[in-house]
Amino acid sequence: MNIGTFVVKNAFRNRRRAALSILSVAASLFLFVTLLVALREITIPPETVGAATRIVVRSRISLANLLPARQRSVIEKIPGVEAVSPFSWFGGKYQDETHMTFAQFAVDPEKFDIIFTEGKTSPDQMAAFKADRTACIVGKLTANRYHLKIGDRISLASTVYPCTLELKVAAFYSGTIDDRNMMFHDKYLDEAASAKGWIGTWWVKTKSIEDMPRVIAAINKAFANSSAEVRAETERAFQLNFVSMWGNIKILVHSLCSVVVFTLLLVSASTMSMAIRERFRELAVLKALGFRRRELFGFILAESFGLAALGGLFGIGGAWLLYTYGSITAMTDGIFVSFEVTPRIMGQAAAIAAGLGIAASIAPSISVARMSVVTGLKTLD
Amino acid sequence: MIQTEESVAGTNEPREAAREIAVVIRGLSKIYQQGEIDVTALDNISLDIARGEFLALMGPSGSGKSTLLHIIAGIDRPTRGECRVQNIDVTRLNESELADWRNQQVGFVFQTFNLIPVLSAYENVELPLLLTRLGSKERRARVGTALELVGLSDRQKHLPRQLSGGQEQRVAIARALVTDPSLIVADEPTGNLDSHSAHEVLSILQTLSRQANKTVIMVTHDPKAAAFASRSIHLEKGELIR
Repeated sequence: MNIGTFVVKNAFRNRRRAALSILSVAASLFLFVTLLVALREITIPPETVGAATRIVVRSRISLANLLPARQRSVIEKIPGVEAVSPFSWFGGKYQDETHMTFAQFAVDPEKFDIIFTEGKTSPDQMAAFKADRTACIVGKLTANRYHLKIGDRISLASTVYPCTLELKVAAFYSGTIDDRNMMFHDKYLDEAASAKGWIGTWWVKTKSIEDMPRVIAAINKAFANSSAEVRAETERAFQLNFVSMWGNIKILVHSLCSVVVFTLLLVSASTMSMAIRERFRELAVLKALGFRRRELFGFILAESFGLAALGGLFGIGGAWLLYTYGSITAMTDGIFVSFEVTPRIMGQAAAIAAGLGIAASIAPSISVARMSVVTGLKTLD
Repeated sequence: MIQTEESVAGTNEPREAAREIAVVIRGLSKIYQQGEIDVTALDNISLDIARGEFLALMGPSGSGKSTLLHIIAGIDRPTRGECRVQNIDVTRLNESELADWRNQQVGFVFQTFNLIPVLSAYENVELPLLLTRLGSKERRARVGTALELVGLSDRQKHLPRQLSGGQEQRVAIARALVTDPSLIVADEPTGNLDSHSAHEVLSILQTLSRQANKTVIMVTHDPKAAAFASRSIHLEKGELIR
């Protein structure tokens, strides 16, 4: 026998309690990791190669304000601009669903594949999408979810425009960071909604990354002091601004995480205290045999740390396995498309498990250090 | 290591050694504070205990015999007075020194055995050796010898709950012996045993005193147990009465 064996035997002397302690830590850290990963997925903007040369132009007043279509020719003339497309949020509900499960945008089909280069589509399908004014291109995830096939007709009732669009599925795309969206012809929306002359946002593709700052400045300047002032920014900046609206969600998630950790600390400290209190006489005997305070503290710390570490391993490992190898799209009914348990999040959770193990051992260690051998022997005699 | 009957047979070494004084107690007092009242557990005790002596401390409950035993064993401190064991004044050692001293010089035998329930008999006996620098081979040899001395070589893998009370106490004695201490303290070692097991345990303690030259100090209420000792002293209200 060595000290390690002794610690392990003590830690698992009450197997049910040890298992429940490990499970409580595991479940809490699983929840902690899930919350942080969910928050990250909600708030981290996409970073793709294509995004590096894309500019989003929106109304300076609000994202909800529409922009005049006449701005397009001005933007197209700015040196360094490769392509410009309207990108108008349609907000349609599919079939009888009570809420929107995928986003739809009206775009210029001729410029779409130039601006969004990440998406993979077969040339035939892309040609079919461009050729038919009522055609749409659908992300693979949405297509799979609704079992859509090429040629299917779908109906979308807009919550923004006073119209319902009948669309024909002409193409599928995949390979983007979010293969859920649907795009259709802006001209079809103009006709159906009598919204000709107005669009939601402009998405601009520049010829190179070096052109970005100059093009952004030029666009902002071009419409300064006009009736429709704009705010042009990189796609990343736009996304960051967009997610900043999630501020309250961030506070909520962080509050939940704090509650999880604090509750876990109380549970662990209580469990360790109980486990040690039950063994006061044994610890007094160990003291009598010559074990010093620091050795007893080492036993308690190792036991507490070990149980927390095992819980952490199961909780963090479980989350990593589930979110790495499981289908998060299926699990969340399409709300999330990816759920990446990053090393940073795993590190945070592991640090909490370690801190928990240490913190939970402090109170029992202090009481054992203060206990005299005689008191320890008498207490339970 | 522990001197067995064979190793000392034919010599008068234990008897000669018994003349050496192992424990010297002078003017020892212990006063507990219970609220605002001072309770005198030991009152100016002076006592010499010879090496290899088997001493029985007797007296009614609350007479201070366990307190005296605890101070001699270094697990309690007196209010005043001196307690020298093998020329070391244990009252002057700090916590850490005292822990080392107990590990090397004192073997404990308790009334309720106090074995660690999750450890086997072998592991319980090995426990004090984890604090030493002995290698696993030497530890194994020492544990084997100690268990053999108490007649439990065939119960090494048994957990305490799988042993009888007498066997548990014999394991506790083996644990007390394994570091080869000069002093063995036993607090009511037969209090939880039937008469047969008590006889076995007392015989072992007597053998350790007589043949291995260990100083054994035993607290007991039982005159039959005290009869195994080479000397008995009585305490009453914290005072040594004879």
